[in-house]
Amino acid sequence: MPAEPPIDSPRRLFEAYELLAAGSTRPIAGGTDVMVAITGELGPIPERMLDLSRLEELRGISLEQGALLLGARATYTEIRRSTVCREHLPALVEAAATIGAAQIQNRGTIGGNLANASPAGDTLPVLLAADAVILVGGQRGEREIPVADFFLDYRKTALAPDELILQVQVPLPRGRSLRFRKVGTRRAQAISKVVMALAWQDLGSAGWKDVRVALGSVAATPIRARATEAVLEGAGPTPEVADRAAETLAGELQPIDDVRSTAEYRRAVSARILHRLLRDAGGW
Amino acid sequence: MSAYRFLVNGAPAEVDVPGMRRLLDVLREDLGLTGTKEGCGEGECGACSVLLDGQVVDSCLVPICQVEGRIVRTVEGLSLAARERGSLDTLQEAFLEHGAAQCGICTPGMLMAARAYLDAGGGPDEDPIREAIAGNLCRCTGYSKIVDAIAAVATPAD
Repeated sequence: MPAEPPIDSPRRLFEAYELLAAGSTRPIAGGTDVMVAITGELGPIPERMLDLSRLEELRGISLEQGALLLGARATYTEIRRSTVCREHLPALVEAAATIGAAQIQNRGTIGGNLANASPAGDTLPVLLAADAVILVGGQRGEREIPVADFFLDYRKTALAPDELILQVQVPLPRGRSLRFRKVGTRRAQAISKVVMALAWQDLGSAGWKDVRVALGSVAATPIRARATEAVLEGAGPTPEVADRAAETLAGELQPIDDVRSTAEYRRAVSARILHRLLRDAGGW
Repeated sequence: MSAYRFLVNGAPAEVDVPGMRRLLDVLREDLGLTGTKEGCGEGECGACSVLLDGQVVDSCLVPICQVEGRIVRTVEGLSLAARERGSLDTLQEAFLEHGAAQCGICTPGMLMAARAYLDAGGGPDEDPIREAIAGNLCRCTGYSKIVDAIAAVATPAD
């Protein structure tokens, strides 16, 4: 049975900030990660908990000034049902649909996926490929952290202990494409072996611009494969480019063997997924 | 300790427990509703599935403080409406008819996940039914009879 540390359920953001500033406090939103993490088997039990479920400021999904704004408490189910997400960031809807099953999707949140910082977090490569920015806040004020700067090391993030994730901001430049692919043991309720997002701006004869290749489950954190991005930058999705990009990716990645898969499999599958995505994009 | 109030199967409930107590433990230990089962206790198996404001959730992952003022439905509440006519919920009847339960540990959670699917207007096609119960593990039946039972109750899509 999990520990039952004392918990506060503030309704105002400033109250939440005060409680966090007092120290040794673990926030909890949907609980799908936290409830499993605080049994004492996986490290020390937090002294206090901070319930985010009464903070209405963290809710909602909207489209404002060319960006998709997701409240930190937006659940995977809300993302799947959101018409603005479906229309403007379908790759995120796809990613949300692969996380756990209904029970997890009804409770798990995008802010939690970021804060938990699992290398296998399924929305994280999408957010990386989309150049998303995380708005965080605390008593010291608010600041924006690009997702690309958020993951520091295995389950370590740039979020300070006295800060909360407030919102995820996804810019939606015109003409940008983003694709998502996940490989797991089964279609549902599977933690990924490899998860990938590919984004680009098609300039026609001038090739692709601002290419992003982001992956999960192949390193200590979700990562961008920058050498592979460089191969694709200014190029088009031809068979030759796809071969070279897949080869570069396989050489660039340093995955590990673990209970879910092997390094060799992850490297091979990552290269295949990228090749397939490029083939689909090139229509050959 | 705080007092938390919510509705369980249509009746008001009040418990004076730590806010981090799992909904699962409140149901089983504090309210004596042992129909909800604990399987893995970490959100993988779905045995402890209940409906929270109509959405299926793993009750092992829900701290009771987040249930304050909300509506919980458990397997005990499934036959509530049907009880007046002296029967089970149509879904429970279908599980019996199709032999959709063997050892029974997954059945309450399976029923609640299926009830959430049907209440949301889910149809009799196999794929969406399998997706709806993807978070509920059964080690006995091979799922086919469970899928058949749910399909038998579902309204055909137009």
